[in-house]
Amino acid sequence: MSFRPIATTRAATGAPTGRLAVWWLIASEIVIFGGLLASYLMHRLGHEEWANYAIHTNTMAGAFNTFVLLTSSLSAVLAHNAAEMGDGPKAAKYLVATICGGGVFLVIKTFEWSNEIIHGYTITANSFWSFYYTAAGIHGCHVIAGMIIMGFVAVDANRNKELHRVELCGIYWHFVDLVWIFLFPLLYIAK
Amino acid sequence: MSHPATDAEGHGHGHEGHDDHHHDPSFWEHYIFSTDHKMIAKQYLLTGMAMAVIGGFLVYCFRMQLAFPGMHVPFYGVVSPMEYNALVTNHGTIMIFWVAMPVLIAAFGNFCIPLMIGCDDMVFPRLNRLSYQVFLLSAIVIVASFFVPNGGFGGAWTAYPPLSGNAEYSLTPLGGSMWVLAVALEFAAFLIGGINFVTTAMNSRAPGMKWHDVPMIVWMICIASILFMASVGPLIAGAIMLLFDQQLGTGFFDPRVGGDPILWQHLFWFFGHPEVYVVLLPATGMVAEVMPVFARKKLFAYKTILYTAVGTGVLSFFVWAHHQFISGIDPRMANVFTVTTVLISIPIAEMMFLYIATLYGGSIRLTTPMLWGLAFVAEFLIGGVTGIYLGASGADIYFHDTYFVLAHFHYTFFPIAFIGTFTGLTYWYPKMFGRMMNPTLGKIHFWGTIIPYNCIFIPLFVLGAAGQHRRIYNYNHFPELSTPDMQALRIVATVSLLVLIAFQFLFLWNFFYSMWFGKKAPKNPWRATTLEWTTESPPPHGNWPDGLPTVYRGAYEYGVPGRDEDYWPQNEPN
Repeated sequence: MSFRPIATTRAATGAPTGRLAVWWLIASEIVIFGGLLASYLMHRLGHEEWANYAIHTNTMAGAFNTFVLLTSSLSAVLAHNAAEMGDGPKAAKYLVATICGGGVFLVIKTFEWSNEIIHGYTITANSFWSFYYTAAGIHGCHVIAGMIIMGFVAVDANRNKELHRVELCGIYWHFVDLVWIFLFPLLYIAK
Repeated sequence: MSHPATDAEGHGHGHEGHDDHHHDPSFWEHYIFSTDHKMIAKQYLLTGMAMAVIGGFLVYCFRMQLAFPGMHVPFYGVVSPMEYNALVTNHGTIMIFWVAMPVLIAAFGNFCIPLMIGCDDMVFPRLNRLSYQVFLLSAIVIVASFFVPNGGFGGAWTAYPPLSGNAEYSLTPLGGSMWVLAVALEFAAFLIGGINFVTTAMNSRAPGMKWHDVPMIVWMICIASILFMASVGPLIAGAIMLLFDQQLGTGFFDPRVGGDPILWQHLFWFFGHPEVYVVLLPATGMVAEVMPVFARKKLFAYKTILYTAVGTGVLSFFVWAHHQFISGIDPRMANVFTVTTVLISIPIAEMMFLYIATLYGGSIRLTTPMLWGLAFVAEFLIGGVTGIYLGASGADIYFHDTYFVLAHFHYTFFPIAFIGTFTGLTYWYPKMFGRMMNPTLGKIHFWGTIIPYNCIFIPLFVLGAAGQHRRIYNYNHFPELSTPDMQALRIVATVSLLVLIAFQFLFLWNFFYSMWFGKKAPKNPWRATTLEWTTESPPPHGNWPDGLPTVYRGAYEYGVPGRDEDYWPQNEPN
């Protein structure tokens, strides 16, 4: 049997199955990050001294990373646009730009974290830093996962195949961006 | 009316037939690496059954220790205190995550959903296969955890820190982390599977099947999947935090470094409570399927049952702290949770009454599936009623952590995981395996399960009310708990367990023997109306090779006046 059964092509809700599935994925991810960030928030509110630890996060790096992710979300939108018009190679190029955005994000994070670790702000330094690395780390894993999947989709899109998946990548990437929009104020700006 | 979406290349499927797979699958393709939902369902079923044997063995060991402390347990040896903890921990963990969930949700969901909504497979067959593989890995990890140095995790299935977060306390540095890892992998498998189930049920329904024509079991499994997806997130975050505490030396839950053990409790139970409804709803779905068929009567108040299930799901997010009444939470919060907990008993009780109403005036046939379905309602009612005692925070001050709690949740979990499973399994077995199970053996197995089951847990209510606390390996150390009467009750419970286990061999015999030597099953041996009974037993690849069905009416049209037959299949135009 083909890997695309008739079931996959049906759309009783009106939305294509891929898009429906990605939205359900996003819903479950929202609860994961929501739980983590709610735990962090409750702790932070109960521990005023955490402000003394939080002051050492690198706000410039965080701000620049915010700009990087927002720009990569823009390229994801442009990729979707191109896919909608049927231009696979162009969509692939914009997806690669998005992947590069993710790459830049990770590189900056590497420098940022290396610097912090050298100064003794490790994951076990205190509870604030435990949350910081865990939350940003899980987010980083999602960035990496997104980059890998976008790579596969870009390869297909370049050959004008499975163009509907470009939009799905975009939805996921916007979510990853959104999580960062929450992380940035909670970890970097709140001092 | 649904119209198939066009695919990326811009051409839709002009005809609903397809055939781009022409070679005969090899053994590996057919049995091991299958993407067919029916095969994946059976993989989940068999794995779940194997894990049930393991979970049953674990309870056998520790119940022998409780009834005859210090004895050499046959096939195990003497149970040490540390081993006792590992036995009870893994019994609970395995039964919930590796028996109830895979069998009720993954096996029956995979098998029934595409067939009952009239399509040829799940929407993402390869993702389906991946979910089983991740699940299998999780099962391997938890079993492997028994064999590492210091053995399996012994901090209870609830894994409260600081005990669980610190190897100095748990004494299981490896076992503890493997436990967390296994549970995390299982969660991942069910998240992946859940996306498949919900998307398939929402989008791939047969033409003409409106939302209120969908069979109740499909709804229940979907609601359960959504409930799972919405509730497991915080615990995934918590599990990562616990793993980091165990392995990296962080202190998320360690008060010595500013962490909070109560945070874990909240994260765990915020999931833990909806989780019980995640497994309850599919079990009630099985009963909802079986009762109309064997009462030859329409399911009573379909929409009410559905809204009740949704309402229960929503309400289940607001009761979790009834597990924490005496953990130091503010008593005023306890009041709030008492109210919500008692409230949630109402929709579920109502659901049971609606099932009873389905029976009223019906033409009842006491087949094996029907016996199991009736037993579910009767036994679950006991579980539900005893939950009300526990939900009252004042009473819970006494009852918390006693065997009263344990008996309560076994009067809910056993009906869910075993009675519900047997209901579904004896009902759908002909469709799954193309053979009929032996009905006489089925009925003997039924009575041989139900009677001992009650003989195990009624004594445990009595022991709990007498003050027997949980998770204690030898009550001889407590003079007021080791009176001859109390010890006699422990022995009664253990002996009944042995009888229960013995009768399960009868089921296993019936199950495997019938697969090869049972009477061949026709398409519709139960004369039921839902779509799965309109194709061969077992269904071929693609389910309906000659064209997927169209639906013209609801799923429970039994005893419709003016018709020759007493059932009106969903796919018949007239």
